This record gives sequence, C-alpha cells and structure tokens, in this order.
Amino acid sequence: MKQNTFSFQLKVDDFLPATDEEKQSLVQMRPSVSFWKDAINRLKKNKVAMVSLTLILIIMVLAFIVPNFYPYKYEQQIQGSEYLRPMTYSVQEQARIDAEEMVFPHIMGTDNLGRDYAVRLMVGSRISLLVGLIASGIILIIGSVYGAVSGFFGGWTDMIMMRIADIVYTVPDILLIVLISFAIQEPMASLATKPGFHWIQTIGVNLISIFLVFALLYWVGMARIVRSQVLTLKQSEYVTAAKALGASNGRIIRKHLLTNCIGTLIVTTTLQIPSSIFTESFLSFLGLGVAIPLPSLGSLASDAINGLNTYPYLLLAPAIMISLIILSFNLFGDGLRDAFDPKMKS
Amino acid sequence: MGKYILKRMGAALLTIFLVVTITFFLMNLVPGGPFVAEKSISEQAQNALKEKFGLDKPLIVQYKNYMLNAFHGDFGLSLKQRGRNVTDIISSKFPVSARLGGIAVLVALLLGIPLGSVAAVNRGKWVDNLIIVIATGGIAVPSFVLCTVGMYVFGVHLGLLPTFGLTSPLHYVLPVFALSFYPTAYITRLMRSSMLDVIGQDYIRTARAKGVSQFFSLFKHALRNAILPVVTYVGPLLAYTLTGSFIVERIFVIPGLGGQFVSSIMNRDYTVIMGTTIFLATLVIVMNTVVDIVYKLIDPRIQLN
Repeated sequence: MKQNTFSFQLKVDDFLPATDEEKQSLVQMRPSVSFWKDAINRLKKNKVAMVSLTLILIIMVLAFIVPNFYPYKYEQQIQGSEYLRPMTYSVQEQARIDAEEMVFPHIMGTDNLGRDYAVRLMVGSRISLLVGLIASGIILIIGSVYGAVSGFFGGWTDMIMMRIADIVYTVPDILLIVLISFAIQEPMASLATKPGFHWIQTIGVNLISIFLVFALLYWVGMARIVRSQVLTLKQSEYVTAAKALGASNGRIIRKHLLTNCIGTLIVTTTLQIPSSIFTESFLSFLGLGVAIPLPSLGSLASDAINGLNTYPYLLLAPAIMISLIILSFNLFGDGLRDAFDPKMKS
Repeated sequence: MGKYILKRMGAALLTIFLVVTITFFLMNLVPGGPFVAEKSISEQAQNALKEKFGLDKPLIVQYKNYMLNAFHGDFGLSLKQRGRNVTDIISSKFPVSARLGGIAVLVALLLGIPLGSVAAVNRGKWVDNLIIVIATGGIAVPSFVLCTVGMYVFGVHLGLLPTFGLTSPLHYVLPVFALSFYPTAYITRLMRSSMLDVIGQDYIRTARAKGVSQFFSLFKHALRNAILPVVTYVGPLLAYTLTGSFIVERIFVIPGLGGQFVSSIMNRDYTVIMGTTIFLATLVIVMNTVVDIVYKLIDPRIQLN
C-alpha cells in the first residue's frame, strides 16, 4: 500500500507486544571501562607517546642489561688504545686480529685512559636513569604526603607548611648540595669501611648527597600540585561521608584523597624524571656528581670538553644521549597527561 | 590592594630572614672553615685571622653580630679576597651577569611569544608542527651541551665567533644563545597552549563576527589574555637569569655573579656566601611578589588573597 506522506497511517505490527528476543536485543551490556583501562587505551592511541615509550625501553635495555655481557668493562683500561677513533684498533689489537683472534670493535672508540667509550656511555646512562628514577620516587613520596597533609588540614597548618615550602624553594640549591656533600663526607667515609656498607664507596658520597638534596629541596613543586588537588577533592561528598563514618584523617588522606589524584601523581612523577636527570648531569658536569671511575652522562660530557677540538664525538655521544632520554620522558609524560586528564575525555 | 601588598611584603621579609638564618647555621655546621685549606698559614696566624673576622666567638654571638651589621647594610669583608667588601664584590659582578641575563630574557620573550602565537594560529599545519618539534627539542637539551657544541661549531670549527670573555657585542652571541634557548622553547610552548585556549573563547568569535580583522583580533583581544601565563613565568626566570648561570659563565670565562657564588662556596668564604644568598633570595622573592601583584592588576578575574 502506498503511504501518504502527511497522514497517520499506522502499522498494526508496531503495536504488538515485544517478543523475548526483541527485549533481549535492547538490553545492551557494554563492558564497564575502568579508569585505568580508559587511560591506557587513550595512551595506546597516542603515537608520539608510544614511540617515546619504546625509546625509553630500548635505552633501559642498553643501560641495564647490555653492559653485563659486553666484552669490555666500564673501568677497564686497555693498554695502548688511548683515544682510538670509532671502529679502529690499537697496534696490539691489530696484532691479535692478524693472529686470527676475535677482537670486539670499539664502536665509539676509547677515551683518554683507553676505556671503551660505548660501554661507558651505557653505564653512564644507567647511572643517570637510576638517579632520575630514585630521585623522582623520593620526591613523589615526600611531596605527595606533604602536599596532602597541608591541603587536607588547611588553616594555620597549611599556612605554616606552605611558608616552609617557600623557604625551601628560595635557598640556592648549589649551596645546599656543596654544603651537604661536605657535611656528610666524614660520617659516610667511616660508614663505608664498615661491613655491608661498601656500596657507599662505589656510588660515591656526592651522589648520596645529591639524593639527600633532592629529598630536601625538590619536593616543593610536587607538594604544591598535590595540595591544590587535595583542596578541591576534600570538598567532595565521599570525603564528608568517610568523615561521618568515623574514618581517621590518615585513612582519608591515604584511601580517598591520594588515590583520587593518582593521575596527577603519575604524570608529575614522569615529568620529574627528566628534570632530575637534568640536574644530575648539571651537577656531574660541575664535578659534584658521581665518584670516579663510575661515569654518568654529565661527567662524560664534562671530561670530553678538554679534547673537544680533536675528539668532538666524545662530547656529542653523551650530549645526544641526555637529550634523547629527557626528550622521550618529556613526550611520554605529555602523553600520560593527555591520557589521564579527564577533561580531555571525549 | 594596599593591604594585600603589605601582607605580601611582610611574608617576603619573614621568608628572607628565615632563609638567611638557615643558611648561616648550615654553613657553620659543616666541618672545615675558610682558613683550613691554606696549609702555609701557621696555627697562630689562623687564630689571628679568626679573631680578626670574629670567627672565634660562639656561633650565636657571630649570628647576632652578623644580623645586626647586615641590618645596617654592612655585609662584612670577604674572608678570601683580602681587603674587598662583600657589597663591592656583588656590585661589581652583578651588572655583568645582569646585562647578559637581561638580553637573554629579552631574546626569549621576543622569539617565544611570536613563535607560540604563530603556532597556535596555524594549529595542525606544518608551521605549527615545525615550531613544536623545535620547542620540544629545545627543552630537552641541557645548557652545557648547547654551550660546548655552539663553541665548537661557531667558535672553533667555523671561527666566526669569539669563545670567551665579554669585550665586544660579538662576544655576547654564544652566551646569550645558550642562556635563552631553554626559556625561548618554554615560552613558545606556554604561549601556544594559552593562545589556543584564548582563540577558542566566545569573545574572539564575537570580535571576528563583528568584522574585526584576524590580525587585529589576535593582537588586540587574544594576545593580552594569552600572555598571562608568560608573565608568571618571567618573574622567576628574570631572577634566576639575571644572577647568572654558573655553567655558562664557567664555559665562556665570564666574570659574573653565578661563577663567583660557586667559587665562594667551594672556598668557604662565609661572608660572600651569606651576602650572595641574601641577594639571590631577595631577588627571587621580590620578583615572585611583583609578579603576583602585577598578575592581579592585569587580570581582574583573579580575586585578591
């Protein structure tokens, strides 16, 4: 039957009771998407972030795994092969090759003491990454607790705690690093001779003082961010409900406030890693970093400056490595921020 | 407004006082002293020196004396550079760093603001992508890398630019480049994101709908609001850049305040450390306070307190 456009010609079929099948088809059960899944899905779609993550993983493998079975050691000085160009051999090594022995090439040449530069670069990246990760962990713990307590209690507590943060922020960091490393030199040196504390000598007192300084100084930014989050979160109904049910302040901070700013915490910590690496390389460059012969990217660059005119690659290699690490962490952090920021949710 | 400024100044003074106190005691708690390293000096002479500078007195008396003198504007004599006044040292070194730093901040602003705006207006086009890539890369390169690579390429390899000292305008090129690279990249990113925010606002669309040209709507309406985050960043940036970067000053052999500060820490020149710390802290706090006040003056949306 031809339907007239403007008339109500109803179909009787449309008014029959629905069958069970039809009812079932309307019940649409979408799997619930959790906060984490949602964020990770968004992160996976972000190409730049995934490329940076891959880069970070490659650098980590190079830094933590490859040096363990690399034919050269970072502190091993090979006689007669000082300042070799990349992929060249010393006279002794050439003789061994002529005798049909296997000699692993110096991919990046050697430094002034005849140490293989490729392995030094990898171990240097390991130190820089470790510093970045550990320092960011310390900052995460101190900053989030401090900020949460300050924001949660508010009033006088908040004012005094934030004033202290201002003061900490204003003391010049170089001053503190030098003073702390002088101050802990004696106690650390005597502690290092005791059994079980030999690792102190390997890492170096300076590096420990850098960690101390990070713990003492650089939490301020993290604390401020967490505080501002907590200030808005503590107005939420669930916090009032928890209070009414008799939850202690510590429980509210741990279970309700900090868990709800987890996105911010992850993002800020990730972005803290490159800036910690930055600071460490800067300090090693000044000679306040790791103990000789342990290399870090900053000290490698610093050592290379004297021979800059003849051996520019000795400077360029660690410089590129630092830039790569910082760049990929920054880009990955940006990706994380996009993924965890609920405002971006479409 | 007056009450707010007074309150901020009170807080600033308190912060400076506490920073000075903490630095004083921390510095003196650390083992060793200014005259320990000089082995040629006999014990007697060391004691005489200590007496001359009042270092033999109990710490709390030293603290009281120092604070009283500092309050009167007397920051004492340098312990290491014989016969030189701390105020003299700072006032001779600071202008060198300040001129270099001032130029660097100016360069960063003059490059960063237009670059960020251009990127935002051409969002998603190749210009935007290019600027973003350069700016992101710029944030990742440490200043000592820039210094040394710039020195190698332009100074040694091409021989175009002098690599140390600050005697002619050409000498400024490399240090200013190294100092302004990071702030430029940062300001570009800041400017781009805030410009994107502002361009999407209704009042810009209204202005465009009323027939205001794109150029004019950007400069008259958008730029004024988009520049606010940059203002907050410039305060601390100025404070840190004017006082000199130790790295840049060491690599390019520039006699500035940054290098002076680090060498005084290494030498335990107590009075110079104290004087410079007070100077740096005051500058940082004053800049932050000024920025807060300016921010509230130019952005009426922000409530006082």
